[in-house]
Parts: sequence; structure tokens; C-alpha cells
Amino acid sequence: MSTVVDDHNHEAHHDHKPSGITRWLFTTNHKDIGSMYLWFSLIMFFVGGAMAMVIRAELFQPGLQLVEPQFFNQMTTVHGLVMIFGAVMPAFTGLANWMVPMMIGAPDMALPRMNNWSFWILPFAFVILLSSLFMEGGGPDFGWTFYAPLSTTYSNDSTALFVFAVHIMGISSIMGAINVIVTIINMRAPGMTYMKMPLFVWTWLITAFLLIAVMPVLAGAVTMVLTDKYFGTSFFDAAGGGDPVMFQHIFWFFGHPEVYIMILPSFGIVSAIIPAFSRKKLFGYSSMVYATASIAILSFLVWAHHMFTTGMPVFAELFFMYCTMLIAVPTGVKVFNWVATMWRGAISFEVPMLFALAFVILFTIGGFSGVMLAMTPVDFQYHDTYFVVAHFHYVLVTGAIFSIMAASYYWLPKWSGHMYDTTLARLHFWSSLISVNVLFFPMHFAGLAGMPRRIPDYAVQFADINQITSIGGFAFGLSQLIFLWLVIKCARGGEKAPAKPWDGAEGLEWTVPSPAPYHTFETPPKVE
Amino acid sequence: MAEQQNYYVPPSSIWPIVGALGLGLIAWGAAHTVIETTSDQQGWGSHVLFAGFGVIAVMLFGWFRDQINETMSGLHSDQLDNSYKQGMSWFIFSEVMFFAAFFGALFYARMIAVPWLDGASNNVMTGEVLWPEFVAQWPLVETPGGTTTQAMGWYGLPLINTAILIASSVTCHFAHVGLEKNKRGQLAGMLSLTIILGLIFLFLQGAEYIHAYEELGLTLQSGVYGNTFYLLTGFHGMHVTLGTLMLIIMLLRVLKGHFTPQKHFAFQATSWYWHFVDVVWICLFVIVYVL
Repeated sequence: MSTVVDDHNHEAHHDHKPSGITRWLFTTNHKDIGSMYLWFSLIMFFVGGAMAMVIRAELFQPGLQLVEPQFFNQMTTVHGLVMIFGAVMPAFTGLANWMVPMMIGAPDMALPRMNNWSFWILPFAFVILLSSLFMEGGGPDFGWTFYAPLSTTYSNDSTALFVFAVHIMGISSIMGAINVIVTIINMRAPGMTYMKMPLFVWTWLITAFLLIAVMPVLAGAVTMVLTDKYFGTSFFDAAGGGDPVMFQHIFWFFGHPEVYIMILPSFGIVSAIIPAFSRKKLFGYSSMVYATASIAILSFLVWAHHMFTTGMPVFAELFFMYCTMLIAVPTGVKVFNWVATMWRGAISFEVPMLFALAFVILFTIGGFSGVMLAMTPVDFQYHDTYFVVAHFHYVLVTGAIFSIMAASYYWLPKWSGHMYDTTLARLHFWSSLISVNVLFFPMHFAGLAGMPRRIPDYAVQFADINQITSIGGFAFGLSQLIFLWLVIKCARGGEKAPAKPWDGAEGLEWTVPSPAPYHTFETPPKVE
Repeated sequence: MAEQQNYYVPPSSIWPIVGALGLGLIAWGAAHTVIETTSDQQGWGSHVLFAGFGVIAVMLFGWFRDQINETMSGLHSDQLDNSYKQGMSWFIFSEVMFFAAFFGALFYARMIAVPWLDGASNNVMTGEVLWPEFVAQWPLVETPGGTTTQAMGWYGLPLINTAILIASSVTCHFAHVGLEKNKRGQLAGMLSLTIILGLIFLFLQGAEYIHAYEELGLTLQSGVYGNTFYLLTGFHGMHVTLGTLMLIIMLLRVLKGHFTPQKHFAFQATSWYWHFVDVVWICLFVIVYVL
């Protein structure tokens, strides 16, 4: 979308970087920090994935065979926390670190030292969270949503560790978001006006705003859980004038914007990839921007659709139902624009495009089941069943995770300087695509038939569906090892990648060599 | 962005990882301190917690020393100054949202949860079945479970404290004016006055807590009225403490001759923070005490 009148040869001269472990511990470089975020996210993806394997193994047959019910609950809880706060969010922050400064022509992130800090506190948070699994009495077992009174009256002592680990994750997210938002507002190259910014930058600008607005609310929620559990307050206890439902209101006021935090950057990624491989400009750029902003605003008005069965007044149920359905409009605008971008384009199916296409279709399926869940009377039946599990895994796995895969395949040559093994990449794509649908599609039917979520045992009539699901789950888990192998192989060597490996790609990041020099755009490029 | 100066990207720094270690120790230590103090276990919790505070103190000292040296040697462009200002503004916005969570809890408890327990809205049976004797009122001096307390009035100490904090915001503003007009005497004087007012506020807040605990029987366990009262005023008090510390550091820097009428981000950020703390208190005073 923008061309550069500047050459970057001079930048190769001072491309020296510190070596050894201290490079990574002390770095202020957005590319180093971006890489660390991405590696951390990949490790957490496998940690959370291992827990998912335990869950699917236990659910392979009715009855209890492998793990205790309480350990099963710990697995579902920590799987959710690790995947959300450890895998998806750090992956997007890593992508923002790598790409936003290069996309807007900035020399680095606005606050480089804080950037390092916001990354390095994450491993500490997850060591604390994961170590709680080995405590006497076990780790957190109340679901990632930690509803009171499960997390207060009925929880074990790992709750204190959970609370402080979440605090640190929140501090990390807030600092990361402040960095991104300030970088975008203050560091754009001359001529890079707001409406010229790549959509990935736009979506991250709005995501960062959401993060700064709602992560403190999560901090408030965990604080109230801590004082309720340990210091005798009764925020969520009716005997003291509080209300357990109040917990859900506060939690979902954070939680609903949070789900958009995990999907808006995906929209930006897909909006970069589809035009590149359709060899056309993105259809409806400005409507994409307005749609993203509308989704962000609406995300603050829909939280109670997670709570239709709590006995809210009918007026509130109707309000939240209609607001939720309204989100389908801007989301529909986006899907329409992606399809219109491909219309009469010269499409080619490289791996990033395959993942982006799968994203559009499968995310839309998740969106449709979302509209079903938005309908209050229908939700009374679907609530807390596997239908909900199917819904949010379609938007988070085939949505968020697939977009992160697409982004990795799109920008990996830029990061590593090497072209990856495309045969392996295609194998990864097709095995993931097939297995993920075998994994999550049958869950819809299990849910519609009434199978509740977060229970280690089930009635025998669900056995077939669960076996198919588990087979899909194991296959999906194994498929990701292909990705791990591919990334390691690509980082270590391979065919040299050109500065712009995709002929239809646009943006400032393709004007610098591959791998991107340690410092880029120390003098800002001029954007026309 | 008309004229672009070179943006200063700092070299590798040891302080962020030290800070990460410090926060990690604080989190682990705080969690174990909570577990140990509430269950009479012996352990390392509080030691680790204080070690964490120590590490953070070292980090802050080193980080700010580097930062101040960079500023004094003129490495900071206007653009970088803008980054800091915007960063501080967003940080204050995140703090606003943190307080919003507790104000939201107060609103929900007072306007929804307590009336519903007495059978309001569609909760007639809740009122009939759970605690038929319970009468909704605010301040909630008798909880459904039967805990009683007395309400905190708004006259007396809270009113005095409001006046003190508003006055401190005014003196802080005049200190800023003094800095911008290069009247260093006014700057140092007004800043000192702001610090003194902040300390008086904290002292009186402590006195109010003692009064609440010992004479009114209003404790952290007194049901949702006491809960919202203590968490809102408590977190506000922690912010006043932090703000006062920041003001003291600013005073030390002023006395060392730092800051110019054009460039004084650290001072400006501290003053924004102080005004923010003041605004939170005014909301608190109106919503928690008066209404």
C-alpha cells in the first residue's frame, strides 16, 4: 500500500549484535523480543496441547480410566489459561513486536526497555502457575473462568499462586499494549497516515486499546477472589450482601473484550495475506477499519451473553442478545471484504494463503455457532455443553491459531532469511485442517445432544462421538510437531529467501532484506 | 512529525530482567505469604516477598539512574518525550479501569445484589426463601448473614482529607507553573507543600481506619459495604503512597537542579499521577462516603 523512496544498504554496516545468553536477557531490540515472544508462545502451545491430550485421552471412553476427576479439572483449567495467556496472546504480541515497527517505518518499539520487561515477566508468571500443579492439593481446578464460589469457597491453596500469576500476566499484557499503541501513534514514518497503515497495524492499535481497558478489570476480579478466599470479604457471597453473579459480570466485562483481543489481530493478518496471494488490493480498506472499531466498541456491551442462565431480568437478556447479534454485522463486512478481494483475483495457493482461506471458512463457522449461542432461549439449552466448546475452539483454534500459523508462514522468510520446506508446510496444513475438523466438528453434536463440558465422564451414548473427537485431537496434536520441526529447520538454514518472497505482497517490511537487519529504518523511510 | 530527529533506541540493559526477577519473587512471595498467614503455616513466603521488593528497589534505582543520565546528556528527542507522555497517559488510563472494577462492584452490590436479596426485581422468592428477615439498605449495616457494623460518615476526617487532597492538587499545579516560569523557589516550595499535604492525608487515612475498626466495628469482614469501602480507599491509599514517593524523588531532583522549563517529563508524569489520584479521591468521597 505504500512505496519507499530510500535505500537501506547503509543499514547492513552496523548490523552487529551482542552474543550469548545476555543478548536475550538484556536486549532492547524489537526483533529479538518478538522472537522470544514467538518461541515462548510455541512452547506454551505444546504445554497447553499436552494437557489437551490428557483431556482427550480421558474422554476416549466413558467412565474414569486415566486420571482423577480433580486432576481432570486442573487440566481443563490450566489448558485454558496456558493457551489464552501463554500461547495466543504472546504470539500476537510477538508478531506486533516484529512487524509493527517494520510496517510503519519505525526504528524500534517506542519504549524498548519496557518491551524487554513485559516479555521477561511472562516466564515467571507461567513458572508460578504451572508449579502450582505440583503443590499439595493440586493446581487451580475451577475452570479458566474461575467462577466464584468455585474459586473462593471451594478452591485449594493454589488459588493464591493463580491470582498472583494472573496479575503478572496482566501487567505484561498492559505494558506490551502500551508499547504497541504508543509506537503506532507516535512512531509512524513521515507520510504514513492512519488510513495508509496496514490493517495488521490498525487491528493491533484497537486491540491494544482493548487490552489497556480490560486487563485492569481482570486484575480487580482476581483481587476480589483473593480477598474473598483469604481475608473474609464477601464480594461474591450473598450472606455478606455480595453476589456470585457479580463475579461473572466483572469477569466477563474483561472476558468478552478479551475474545476480540484474540481475534482482531487475526483479522489484520488475513487482510494482509489474502490480497498478497490474490494479487489485488484489499477490497474495502476503510470499511475494514470501521468494522474493527465497531467490533471493539460493541465488545464492551455484550458481556452478559455468557450469563443467560443466571436468571437476569428479561430486559437485560434481550439487550445483550441484540447487541451480540449486532456484532455479526461488522464481522460480516469483513468476511464479505475478504471474499470480494479474492473475486477475479489471480489467486495462488501458497501455504500462508491456505491457512488464511481455512481461517475465513472455519472462523465463519465459529461465527455462525456464535450467533446461535447469542439467542437467549436457544442458549438455555446450549449453555455449558460441548456446543460451546466447539464454538470457541472454532474461533480460537481455526481462527486465532490458524491465523498465527498463516502469519508464521507468511513472514518466516523475513524473520529467518530462509525459505521453509514447503512440502512439509503443506503436509502440516492438510493434516491440521483435516484433524482439526475431526476434532471439533463432532463436538457440536455432542453438545446439542446434551453432553456437558468440563466433566471427565459421560453417558455411554456419547462414546462414538468422543472417540472420533479424541482421534482428531491426537492427530491434530501430532500435526503440530511437523510445524515445530519445520520452524527449527528453517531457523537453522535452508534456501536463501529474497527480500520479497511473495510477488503480490505489499508493505514496508518487504523493502528490507531477508533476514531483516538487526536495526531497520533508523532513518525513517518516506512513504508516499 | 514534520521534522524527524533520530529516535534514541537504548542499548541492551540489565534492568528489565532484574525487574522481571523482582516481580516474579514478589508474586511467588506474596502468594505464599497469603497462604501462610491465613493458615498458620511456616514458610519462606514473606522472606521471598521482601527479597522481591529489594530487587525491585535496586532495579528502579538503576533503571532511573540510566534514564536520568540519558536525559541529562540530551539523548532525548521531542518524539521520545512524546512516547513517554503517551505511555504515562495510557498507564493512567489502565489505573482508571482498575478502579472502575471496584466502583463497578460497589454499584452492583448496592443497586442490584442487595435489593435482589430483599426480593426486588424478579427475585421475590430469593427474598422469601434465603433470608426472609433481611431488609435492603445502604450502607449495609446488617448483612443477610447477620453481621452488623456502623456506617462511616462523610463529615469529619473524610471531609478534611478531601480538602487536603484538593489543596495538594492545587499546590502541585503551582509547582508546575513555577517550573515552567523557571521560578525554582516557587517550584521547590510548592512541591514540598504538596508532599507534606500528601503525608498528612495518609496519616489521617490511617487514623480513620483505626476509628473504623475500633469504634465503628467496620472491618474488612463486615460484608460488602466494608469490603468496597476498604478495597477502594485502600487501593487509593496505596496510590497516594506511591504518588508521594514519586513527589519526594521529584523534589530531590529539583534540589539537584534537574528539569528545565521546556523538558521535565518526569515531573509532568508525577504531577499527572497526583491529579489522577486526586480525581479518584473526589469520586470516592462522593460515591463511597456521601451518597
